[in-house]
Amino acid sequence: MKKDGVKLFVDGKRLDGRELDELRPIKMEVGVLKRADGSAYLEWGENKIIAACYGPREVHPRHMEEADKAIVRVRYNMAPFSVPDRKRPGPDRRSHEISKVTKEALESVVLTHLYPKTVVDVFIEVLQANAGTRCAGITAAALAMADAGIPMRDLISSCAAGKIEGKVAVDMMGAEDNFGDADLPLAISPQKKEVTLLQMDGNFTRKEFEEAFNMAMKGCLDVYEIQKQALLKKYEV
Amino acid sequence: MLGVIADIKKDYIKKLLEEGKRLDGRGLDDYRPIEIKKDLYATAEGSALVSLGSTQVAVGVKMILGEPYSDMPNRGVLTTSAELGPLASPTFESGPPRPPAIELARVVDRGIRESGSIDTEKLCIVEGEQVWIVFLDIHVLDYDGNLFDASTLACISALLDAKMPKVEDGKAIYGERSGSLPIVDTPISTTYAKLGSAIAVDPHLEEEQVLDARLTITTTKKGEICAMQKGEGGAFTAEEVLNTIDRGIEKAKELRKLL
Repeated sequence: MKKDGVKLFVDGKRLDGRELDELRPIKMEVGVLKRADGSAYLEWGENKIIAACYGPREVHPRHMEEADKAIVRVRYNMAPFSVPDRKRPGPDRRSHEISKVTKEALESVVLTHLYPKTVVDVFIEVLQANAGTRCAGITAAALAMADAGIPMRDLISSCAAGKIEGKVAVDMMGAEDNFGDADLPLAISPQKKEVTLLQMDGNFTRKEFEEAFNMAMKGCLDVYEIQKQALLKKYEV
Repeated sequence: MLGVIADIKKDYIKKLLEEGKRLDGRGLDDYRPIEIKKDLYATAEGSALVSLGSTQVAVGVKMILGEPYSDMPNRGVLTTSAELGPLASPTFESGPPRPPAIELARVVDRGIRESGSIDTEKLCIVEGEQVWIVFLDIHVLDYDGNLFDASTLACISALLDAKMPKVEDGKAIYGERSGSLPIVDTPISTTYAKLGSAIAVDPHLEEEQVLDARLTITTTKKGEICAMQKGEGGAFTAEEVLNTIDRGIEKAKELRKLL
């Protein structure tokens, strides 16, 4: 979308008063659902997201099972009331794609060989959306998996960077995402700092890309610290 | 969707790649032979058939008059879809598009859209009421790996080939043409497969079956990045991402000469 007279900076600050390298406020809580094996609730700026993990459990339909490892399945879903115009219920093309790349981002750290012929199901529900829901969803999903006790080599932490009015900035909010020039969602396994999700659209020069990439990477590491705190908090006495 | 491959073959492909070699004798930065044919299907406004080694992708452009989106009343609309039908591979099934086909269409679409390839303002007939809707339909005919790059090449070739139907009294006259589509940029996608410590461009089917992760980089004429997509369950280090981008930017310049 092209902006027409929409200002994304006021007095040198972003619309919500943030600096270019500043994340929106993030809150995470682990173990919020009773029936799920693991769950997490996350508020990231104006995003509100809940994630649940079931498994490892028997695979239905059977033909999807793998003889030598567990499979990971992800369903990213937006509630019809999560956006200003009611979203038609059910998966659209965008949701299908996000589910696919989220699954790929998460499965890289799961020790799937330990549970052959099973599935780890992850469900991400976006209840309120305001840009960055895929990053927030992945972050919540990783927490739900850890909460379910899924054996993992590492967590997965996610954050995006982009370009607004020609400036590289981290964690864009709704207006910045709609009228911004580029978007780069990233997910990493924070201990090895390996990239497990990377998408990009818009326009970056090579130099801007590197700047945005480093900014998103740093954002992921900040998110990782909050994730660890949320997990520790559950086991506090 | 890819079918199975023996572990022993995976180990062999990986060993080769890590020595800088490939099953079909290419180097890590070599594409398979590319052939682009245009203007093949007269019923389409534009068309192209691209072969990338044995991979073959046909793309048709259809244009119909319709309403613009309310937030972009003076711009034409681009819609991209992909079909991975059972004709193209024993592992494809008929039915509604599954995630691999959706991902393919959306990654190709992003490259074209975000590069500003089509000057969509020139597709406006009456602001807020009538614009051209451009349908890009990707039909995979033969699947031997790297559908992303073959499809992007085929789409941009078909767009370059397209002739706009004439408009009279708000109706399209498909028998008469009024010039080419306003194409102002030619995005090129380059896709890399990572296996072990090696990263190679243009994976063929067997490499795609065993790769750890894939990275697609779409660049504009100016050498800027307009779309990227990482895929599959493996991971890239930051250094690998940046190096692969540099390779992709250079490679795209070569491919663009084929258009």
